[in-house]
Amino acid sequence: MDIFDKFQKLSKTRQALEKNSSEFFNVVIEEVVSPTEVIIKGRTVLLAGGNNYLGLTFNAECIRAACQATQKDGTGTTGSRVANGTFSGHVALEQELSDFFGRRNTIIFSTGYIACLATLSTLVGRGEAILLDADCHASLYDGCRMGGADVIRFRHNDIHDLEKRLLRLEKRKTNVLIVVEGLYSMTGDRAPLGDIAALKRRYGAYLLIDEAHSLGVFGETGRGLAEEAGVEDSVDFIVGTFSKSLGATGGFCTSNHPDFDLLRYGSRAYIFTASSSPSIIASTRMALKILRSQPELKHRLWKHANMLYQRLKDLGFNLGPTPSPIIAIRCGDPGKTAEIWKGLLDRGIYVNMVLPPATPDGRALLRCSLSSSHTREQVEKIGEAFASLREIIWTID
Amino acid sequence: MQPNRELFEQILVMLRPLAQDELEITADTYLVDDLSLDSLKVMEVLVMIEDRFDISVPINILSDVRTVRDLVLQIQKLLAGGD
Repeated sequence: MDIFDKFQKLSKTRQALEKNSSEFFNVVIEEVVSPTEVIIKGRTVLLAGGNNYLGLTFNAECIRAACQATQKDGTGTTGSRVANGTFSGHVALEQELSDFFGRRNTIIFSTGYIACLATLSTLVGRGEAILLDADCHASLYDGCRMGGADVIRFRHNDIHDLEKRLLRLEKRKTNVLIVVEGLYSMTGDRAPLGDIAALKRRYGAYLLIDEAHSLGVFGETGRGLAEEAGVEDSVDFIVGTFSKSLGATGGFCTSNHPDFDLLRYGSRAYIFTASSSPSIIASTRMALKILRSQPELKHRLWKHANMLYQRLKDLGFNLGPTPSPIIAIRCGDPGKTAEIWKGLLDRGIYVNMVLPPATPDGRALLRCSLSSSHTREQVEKIGEAFASLREIIWTID
Repeated sequence: MQPNRELFEQILVMLRPLAQDELEITADTYLVDDLSLDSLKVMEVLVMIEDRFDISVPINILSDVRTVRDLVLQIQKLLAGGD
């Protein structure tokens, strides 16, 4: 028996997909032209699946800050935050995030994935319980599993389902943490946070929200869905990432809990990882400043999101209930979906293809994400490409 | 520990619609290899079981579940231990 025998099923799925669309596994970006355009196989391709919501990856001030930090502090920290890897920039970014969110304390992590892993695996332990929205991101699932708490799923965005589960846990008299996302990364729908916060208060639970895709996207000041829904006071922990609206890599968790800082000393995922390099910290700090001072970026993003959503809706595609900068087109059959994905790439458009079981309802979907850096013409071009592929899409079950 | 027959039958009712036609489900049927259930579907089954028996079923139990028998035994344990 070979050590890779257990991957045979995966291998067959991959082979079948490669038959329909060999490019899917072999997308290499040869050159980045701008926040919205790249070169793939020598051709210019428009990114409609880049998560670059505010288009800050090429912001001149962010680039300058990153270059200066590299020259001043070097290319990497070569150490963990608890050893030699805490530079003044890390501390400053934590303070700036605390100021931005109006919270007592923030801890930053090397990636958004690690932020979720570290927070959830440490915060909730044996004998305690987590109520997790079924459509939460893998990083949240993985963090929950690592901690040893009882992890109980509730049906996506279903308040009654959540309440039923809170009721069942009530007699245990233990700590219960509800975990949801602000804007769901695959489907682009948002959590009913007002109702969830009310339940959290009624049952004395804790609430953690992952604002990875909603930071800079929702709320008057861009703090996310909790701000937009007016429930920030009921949210105990906010996790997020620097790799979407802030255009870098890294993650954070922020909280008002007086003992929150203890998480640093209990979290293996925090202790045993090298800290972010100075360039990442510097560009993220600058991006946060820009997010706070240039609300027009968010307004432009929403203009593009509404425009594409309406166009695809008019074309008759099966979309989520409300517009958002993430637009999911539910397709169904993976083979046909791959065909459409390839058709879009041939027309110079890159979108994300998401296949089961990574999709919530077991059906394949195509996922677009908009950027404030898109031009009106680019958004129209994305819509046109989908329009030209309608016939393939209509043949899907 | 032997799986409770009645509980086995009740869980079978939930699994049957997810299985390929004509496949006979026994206690030794593997959820993934035989029923072709992916991780998401198996977790959906747990949600159904929770509502059917009004108990909390943590997904943590899945690390010990390969077959229908394993699943039934885990639920049996949860039912016996209260919630």
